[in-house]
Amino acid sequence: MLRPTSDHTTGWFMVFPALTFVAIFSLYPALDSFLLSLHRIYLGLPNLGQPFIGLSNYAQLFQDPVAHQAFIVTLGFVILSTTLELLLGIGIALVIHEHFKGRGWVRAAVLIPWAIPTVVASQMWRFLLNDQYGLANLILFGDQVDAYVPWLADPWMAFGAIVLADVWKTSSFAGLLVLAGLQVIPDEVYDAARIDGATAWQRFWHITLPLLKPALLTALLFRTIDAFRVFDLVFVMTQGGPGDATQVIQFYGYKTLFTEGRIGYGTTISITVFVAILILSLFYVRTVGSKLLDKETA
Amino acid sequence: MTNPFSERILLTLGIFFAVLGSLFPFLWFVLTSLKSQIQVEAIPPTWWPDGSVEFYCSALIDHDLFNYIWNSLIVASATTVIALVIATPAAYALARIRLQGKVWVFGGLLCVAMFPQIVIAGPVWQILERIGGLNTHWGLVLPYVTLTLPLAVWILATFFQELPLELEEAAQIDGCTAWQALYKVMLPLAAPGLFTAAILTFIYAWNEFFFALLILTDPVKQTLPVGIALFQGEFTMPWGEIAAASVIATLPLIVLVLLFQRGIISGLSAGAVKG
Repeated sequence: MLRPTSDHTTGWFMVFPALTFVAIFSLYPALDSFLLSLHRIYLGLPNLGQPFIGLSNYAQLFQDPVAHQAFIVTLGFVILSTTLELLLGIGIALVIHEHFKGRGWVRAAVLIPWAIPTVVASQMWRFLLNDQYGLANLILFGDQVDAYVPWLADPWMAFGAIVLADVWKTSSFAGLLVLAGLQVIPDEVYDAARIDGATAWQRFWHITLPLLKPALLTALLFRTIDAFRVFDLVFVMTQGGPGDATQVIQFYGYKTLFTEGRIGYGTTISITVFVAILILSLFYVRTVGSKLLDKETA
Repeated sequence: MTNPFSERILLTLGIFFAVLGSLFPFLWFVLTSLKSQIQVEAIPPTWWPDGSVEFYCSALIDHDLFNYIWNSLIVASATTVIALVIATPAAYALARIRLQGKVWVFGGLLCVAMFPQIVIAGPVWQILERIGGLNTHWGLVLPYVTLTLPLAVWILATFFQELPLELEEAAQIDGCTAWQALYKVMLPLAAPGLFTAAILTFIYAWNEFFFALLILTDPVKQTLPVGIALFQGEFTMPWGEIAAASVIATLPLIVLVLLFQRGIISGLSAGAVKG
């Protein structure tokens, strides 16, 4: 029995502080961002005022080659990193789901990249890929100093480096979400399959993977939303360079807003990112989610 | 039922690569932090450090790392306490009281969790400027509390829902108000959930970079991630000091993970199973 409706007022009273915080520091700022994106505002030129210009900023965004590039880089980053993280996450989950001696230690070890501050992970990978002192060159080329590669100076390598760092840092988080899905699959299903003589691969392909779909969808959703917001890695490792090769959309928005002071245009970029995330989330839930429902009812 | 030999080999390999892949890159950073200046700048790099602590001394004293640690500690602790005090009653109400519009509250929280930081960054900055919150720790704690609320509420609500309803009924029959039921009956039982939410909130606030970078421009006030990201040497990148500072910033997190691995895993996956 839930508490009766006479507690209704108390209930709202209990939720009130949380709602207040969310309203002031999240919902209002988001709405304000949208309103700002309809104006032309240069912080450095207060004389110009803040004229209302409708959707002009958005029209400008659609023709801004730098923004296009940033969107493409971001999209590439999102697709590549979430795919790799999900694949590795499944592997990690399968391993830490098994029963073996010292499993607690292995789980803790796998969690450590997730716990490390992103800034630290970024500095770490920047150093590992350093052209002179880096471990990557040492492992690949040993004493042949002449062959050492300045990884972060090459546009494609720098992009790869950011994906690598993100995959290292967050695959374990994807793994945990997949693990949660593994834990709800009853052991009996596997025992039955074993008796029928199914190999490990068959059991994985025909039992584990289909039953894992909801967990995979969740992991995909969480990781996509997060990958769209990538900032720390880029700020520390490449500052968007070389050229604009690793300039992701949140970094471009940050520069426009806070270093150039173009508030109207900067908020236009950020609102567009939010809408893109929203559409993608809905798309996931609709397509993958509805397919799941079809399966269940069929 | 025993696994065939080949499956055991596969598992062993899996464990080996998972652990190696997770730890090795960071171990290299740990080794770097224990090298001497000459060793760090050796080309090709040397594998083993000579166990020098000069970088730790230099980072802590010359680069004033103690101050950054202190700032991070204040911000992360304050965020954790305030977020939990606010999230607990909210989670209880959402889990146990019939509220009309509950779906909207949950939806709103979920939406907040989805916002890209940059969507709210500008206006949050303006609010803080207006109320004098820039370059203050409380000014950073306010957005941190907001951003950690969704996860904290979610974890706690999941926990409250799993507690047996009979307890609630017994409390009602004994004439407890909703507040009393929460603080006298539910809270002690939900301690593990509170703990998990606290650890995750703390880790979030300890690691957050974007808002810290915007709100704290005065080096005296800055937190560890900002300090480590903006670490500058006079002439070259001070990699030894950066490595030492990184190890120091990560050490408390490693301790938390080793001690509370179980709680962290269940907390992170709470949303996944229910959602």
